[in-house]
Amino acid sequence: MSDAVSTERPAAVAAEILEPSPGVLMRRRIFGHTGFMIGVVVLAAIFFMAIFAPLISPGDPYDQVLSRKLIPPIWHESAKATWEHPLGTDLLGRDYLTRLFHGARISLLIGFAAMLISGVIGTTLGVLAGYFGGRVDMVVNFIITTRLSMPAVLVALAVVSLVGSSLTMVIWVLGLLIWDRFAVVMRSATQQVRNLDFVTSAQAVGCSTPRILFFEIMPNIANSLIVIATIEMAHAILLEAALSFLGLGVQPPEPSWGLMIAEAKGMMFFDAWLIAIPGTALFALVLAINLLGDGIRDVTAPENRN
Amino acid sequence: MLIYAVKRFGIAILVALTVSVLSFSMMYLSGDPAIALAGEGASQEDIENVRRVYGFNRPIIFQYVDWLLNALGGDLGHSNYLKSDVASVIFERLPTTMILGACALGFALVLSIPLGVLAAIRPNSLIDRIALTIAVVGQAMPSFWFALTLILWFSITWRLLPITGTGSWLNFIMPSIALGYYVTPAVMRLTRAGMMEVLSSDYIRTARAKGLRPMTVLFKHALRNAIIPVVSLAAVQFGFMLGGSIVIETIFAINGLGFLAWESILRADLPMMQAIVLVLSVFYIVLTFLADMLNAFLDPRIRVS
Repeated sequence: MSDAVSTERPAAVAAEILEPSPGVLMRRRIFGHTGFMIGVVVLAAIFFMAIFAPLISPGDPYDQVLSRKLIPPIWHESAKATWEHPLGTDLLGRDYLTRLFHGARISLLIGFAAMLISGVIGTTLGVLAGYFGGRVDMVVNFIITTRLSMPAVLVALAVVSLVGSSLTMVIWVLGLLIWDRFAVVMRSATQQVRNLDFVTSAQAVGCSTPRILFFEIMPNIANSLIVIATIEMAHAILLEAALSFLGLGVQPPEPSWGLMIAEAKGMMFFDAWLIAIPGTALFALVLAINLLGDGIRDVTAPENRN
Repeated sequence: MLIYAVKRFGIAILVALTVSVLSFSMMYLSGDPAIALAGEGASQEDIENVRRVYGFNRPIIFQYVDWLLNALGGDLGHSNYLKSDVASVIFERLPTTMILGACALGFALVLSIPLGVLAAIRPNSLIDRIALTIAVVGQAMPSFWFALTLILWFSITWRLLPITGTGSWLNFIMPSIALGYYVTPAVMRLTRAGMMEVLSSDYIRTARAKGLRPMTVLFKHALRNAIIPVVSLAAVQFGFMLGGSIVIETIFAINGLGFLAWESILRADLPMMQAIVLVLSVFYIVLTFLADMLNAFLDPRIRVS
C-alpha cells in the first residue's frame, strides 16, 4: 500500500513537470495548423519574389521585343516555348515571369499601404466609439453607415478617374475607402474590453485616457486588429486588381497583375495562359493572406474557433 | 416598434443627406468643373460662359440645394455626353442590374444556405470541410478573373453559354455566378454559426424530446430562427452587389447600371456619375432600412433594446 503511494506520487509530479510549457504548446498549435503553415509558406515565397525581383528575374519588366511576342510557357508543347522565357512573353514581347515578379511588388505595396491607412482611420474611430460610447458612438456609427452605403468600387473608380490615377492615388483612395470593417470590429472589441476590471482599476488609479487607450485597451484588442488587417490587405489587393483591370488603377507599362489580365483579355481565347498566370498569382496571394489571418485567429484565440 | 422605426428612419434620412453632399462634392474633386466642361483649348471667355450657363458662378451651397431639390423632384440633371436626361437613362438601365443582382443573390442563397445547414448539423465532417474550403477559396478569387475563367470554360471550351449581351436567360447564368459566389462565404458562415447556436438551445432539445420528426425540428423550429440574421445580411449584400456589378457588367457587356457607370467614368460624364452613386447609395439605405424593420418584426428582442 505504502509502496503504491510512493510510486504514484513521483509519477504525478513527473507528469506535471513534463507538461509542455505554454511556449511549446503555442509552437505545437502553430505548426499543427495546416492552413496557417500553407499561408506562411506561400506568402514568404511571394515576399521573396517581390523583394528580390530585380535579382532573380530573367529579364527587364519593360523591355519589349516585338519579334518574340506571345511565346507560350515552357509546359506548352510548342516549338516556340523556350527556357529563356519560362512563363513565355506577353503581347509586346515582355518576359512574363519578370513582370509577374515585379507585379508582386505592386500588389504587396498597395495592399500593405492601403491597409495601414484604413487601419489607422478605422481603429481610431472604432476604439473611440467603443471606449467612450454615448454620443461619440452615435457619431462614429453614423459615419460608418454613411461610408457603407456608398458603393466602394464605384466611388473608387470615379474618384481615381477625376483626380488622375497613379500608384499613390490608388493607395490613398483605397485606404480612405475600406476602413469600415476596422471600425466595426475594433468598436465591438473595445466594448468587450472596456468594462473589464483592469480598465476600471486603471481609471481608479488615475491613468490618463490616452494611457488607458494605448496601454490597457490596445494590447487586448491587438488579436482582432491583426486578423482584420490581413482581411483588409487581401481586400485592398483585390480592389487594386479590379481597378487596374478596368483601366483606372495602376497605369501601363507598370506590371500590375490586374493590368496584366486586362492587357491579355483580348488574347485569352487563343492564349488562355496569359490570364491564367497572373490570375493564379493573385488568387494564391489573397488566399495565403486569408489563411494567415484565419491561422492567427485560431492560434492566438483558440476559444473563438467555430 | 414605432419609436424604433421612427428613429431608424430619421437616421436613414440623415445618411441619405450626407451621401448626397458627398456625391455632389465629386463635381469639385477634379478642380473647376467649368474648365473641365469647356474642354481643352477653351478660351477664358468660353469658360466664363460655361460657368454662367451651368450656374457654377453661384455659391456652392446654392448649387447643392438646387441640385438636391431637383433630385428629390426626380430630375437628376443632364448628361454631358448622351445629351439626354440622366434620370430616364438610369431608370432604363436599372431593371437589368436588378435582375442580375436578384439572380446572383438567388444563386448565392441556394448554394450557401443548404451547405451552411449541413455543415452545422455535422461540424468537422467532410461536408463541413468542403463548405469551409468553398468559403476560403471563394473569398480569395478575384471576381473579374473568375468571370473570365467561366467564359473560357463554358463559352469557349464547352460552347454552352453565350458570352455577352442580355438576349435570353442563358446570358444571365455566368454573370450571376460570377457576381453571386463572392457573397456565398459570408452567408454560409452566418447560416452555419446561427444553426449551431440554435441547435444547441433548450427549445430544440425539448422539441426533440417530444419526439418530433428530426426534419420538422430542423426546418420548422431551428432554421426559422437561424435564418433571421441571414435575411438582413442578404439585403445588405444585395446592395453591395449592385455596386459591385460594375466589374461583371463590363466583362459580360450587360447593359445595366454598372456598365453605364463605367461608360460615364470613361467619358468623364460627371452628372451621370453623381446620379449613379446617389441612386445606388439611396437604394442601399432603403434596403438596410427595410432589412432592419423586417428583423425587428421577426425578432422582438431587437425592438426592445
